Amino acid sequence: MNKKNKNNFTNDQLLKFYEKMFLIRKFEEKAAQLYGAGKIGGFCHLYIGQEAVVIGILSSINSEDTVITAYRDHGHILARGVDPKLVMAELTGRKDGISKGKGGSMHMFSKANRFYGGHGIVGAQVPLGVGIGFAHKYRNEKKISRVYLGDGAMSNGQVFEAFNLASLWDLPVLFIIENNKYGMGTSIGRSAAGGELYERATVFGIKGEKVDGMNFFNVSESAIRAREYIEKNSKPYIIEMDTYRFRGHSMSDPGLYRTKDEVNKMKEIDPVLMMKETLLNDYKIQEESIKNVESDIKKQIKDVEKFSLESPLPDLKELYTEVYL
Amino acid sequence: MKILLPALSPTMETGNLVKWLVKEGDSVVSGDILAEIETDKATMELESPDDGKVEKILVKEGTENISVNTEIALLKVEGEEIEEISEKPIEKSPQVSSNGSEQPATEVKISMNSLLNQTKENSDEKNWSEKEISMREALNQAIEEEMKYDKDVFLLGEEVAEYDGAYKVTQGLLNKFGSKRVLDTPISEHGFTGLAIGAAMAGLKPICEFMTFNFSMQAIDQIVNSAAKSLYMSGGEINVPIVFRGPNGAAARVGAQHSQCFISWFSHIPGLIVIAPSNARDAKGLLKSSIRNPNPVVFLEHELLYKEKTNVPEERDFLIPIGKGNLIKEGTDVTIIGFSMSVQRILNALPSIEKLGISPDIIDLRSIKPLDEELIYKSVKKTNRVVIVEDGFGSTSFGSHLSYLIQSNCFDFLDSEIIKVSGKDVPMPYAENLEKLALPNTDEIVSAVKKVSYIN
Repeated sequence: MNKKNKNNFTNDQLLKFYEKMFLIRKFEEKAAQLYGAGKIGGFCHLYIGQEAVVIGILSSINSEDTVITAYRDHGHILARGVDPKLVMAELTGRKDGISKGKGGSMHMFSKANRFYGGHGIVGAQVPLGVGIGFAHKYRNEKKISRVYLGDGAMSNGQVFEAFNLASLWDLPVLFIIENNKYGMGTSIGRSAAGGELYERATVFGIKGEKVDGMNFFNVSESAIRAREYIEKNSKPYIIEMDTYRFRGHSMSDPGLYRTKDEVNKMKEIDPVLMMKETLLNDYKIQEESIKNVESDIKKQIKDVEKFSLESPLPDLKELYTEVYL
Repeated sequence: MKILLPALSPTMETGNLVKWLVKEGDSVVSGDILAEIETDKATMELESPDDGKVEKILVKEGTENISVNTEIALLKVEGEEIEEISEKPIEKSPQVSSNGSEQPATEVKISMNSLLNQTKENSDEKNWSEKEISMREALNQAIEEEMKYDKDVFLLGEEVAEYDGAYKVTQGLLNKFGSKRVLDTPISEHGFTGLAIGAAMAGLKPICEFMTFNFSMQAIDQIVNSAAKSLYMSGGEINVPIVFRGPNGAAARVGAQHSQCFISWFSHIPGLIVIAPSNARDAKGLLKSSIRNPNPVVFLEHELLYKEKTNVPEERDFLIPIGKGNLIKEGTDVTIIGFSMSVQRILNALPSIEKLGISPDIIDLRSIKPLDEELIYKSVKKTNRVVIVEDGFGSTSFGSHLSYLIQSNCFDFLDSEIIKVSGKDVPMPYAENLEKLALPNTDEIVSAVKKVSYIN
């Protein structure tokens, strides 16, 4: 836990990363509450427990780099800096949502923030992300396409086709497996044969590693290592993040496939709390500063909630717009 | 032993003798290369079937359009007299009518070119120079011109580069644009289609070739869920400017898994544009429009039409607008609607229809989605009778939807039921007679026209 800060982040930077993690946590808790109140419909997959992954990766990212992920995307789009109001208003299906209320929880995008969704078909985002990497290379851009996938997607055929293409054509892609141990209700032991998941990419000549995804500092270090490797070698790289989701697969998940004990044990290594302790104990950041950050976020979330509920429903004319350009 | 011009591809009817590599009197062993033959798809080497001496060369090199099974040389084989009774060349199967009985091949070919000359939509087209070229060349030109014009356009697919295209559509493009813009993919439709869609999301304009649309089924999720829906579900943020193209429908005796028309599948999906040209001129103008279009376009070609020629403008900005059908023949009595290969089938039936004293409007839809409803309804309101011809399976087909649209928009104008001549609801059989029976044929089209005209 007491990882040395090899990446030379200043205390201010670290506090910013903590702020982002805390924002995601509080945003998701609010989303859960609004879902329970019937204000959010359909599917709603929360990111609670996995915050260190996305923010650790963020610490290695240039603003021009692109990101794509699957359906558990709230944390990802917030990490990319999209206004939480627009994200929550999308969850409530309102006019001011980032997708004008037409996408929903799983389908949010922001070109300005280099975020390419938000995809609801497990595995489909992986070839798409490789294609974004292809575009970077085609245009000689010094960008990396970061492609997130879950442990469930690691048994989906097109993912291996995408690994092959990324390696064959030397594309600047970082694959990030968020291994939270369950694809919906099926544990990884019941779905994936063989050894470590990331090793399934190494057979295509893609270098990779497995990392403790509950610890911001570990994630950040490996993400920076990966970035340097990709920039130096113009080849893809893969990181498997050992992580865990504290909530169900979606809001309607009764959680019968794992024990309360298991979940509680994992909560002992809550990434947000661990980050906070490290900042207090190892970096001697004042408790006061952390409290200020937290109370600002809590206030912000209140505004986010208000905005997402006051924004009107989309105009009925919107039904037929944006089918074609 | 007689050396016959072999059929070197499923659709080859004639070939060109590019070059003899032996001369009369040369001794050869089995497997030696005798000649180079150009087929509709590639230049192939003709090997000697036995050991012997080249007795006589019957067809000079440089000869074009030699029918399959023509004698091209005589080989003197050791211990064998020059055959007096030749092996009977495999005869082309006789035409089979819909009831299975044989009938002579009396189809009179109506020239698509002559019809198209009367239907030009661009007013300044008169001044453009034209050349008679095949659909294959027209597609190639369209891709080349658009790649020259826009550096974001690139081409990927199986065998599109070094092999020069499985059907020669992409011939020469690798040499012109290099391997950065013309990419051979592994046999990995799901992966490379997704990759192409991702590249389009990031602003490039991929042309994604399927060797045939049968293989696009491996990637149907990416086409439907990623390409077609992203603009809508991102509230207009992410558009996908991509063209999926390749041959669609039944070619010639390639069996059930390689013979299917997917027009009904793709035209079902909001967010996709679906194009199905019937001739070289439309193919070029529509492919260029498709490449420039900011939406995902499914561009369905037909292998049997690749060799068909029409006059095609050489102008860089020769574009045929998406969503415009073409009234290729104007008449008074019945509206016959087709697209892609079925237009050819309608033209094959036209002499028999005219013999009945019936003068049809023939509409080539060209664009399936969006559909030129105005053109269709205008014609139906004039003729009051409709026959729709489609190669695809009849069950829940595009033609079924079209007949729904016509009855709901022209109900008061119809003097008869609408008849749909579709492909039969069976996996495509291999045997020649059964395959013919599975597809719409002249008899069925003529019968449908008679029925809507109340002629017994």
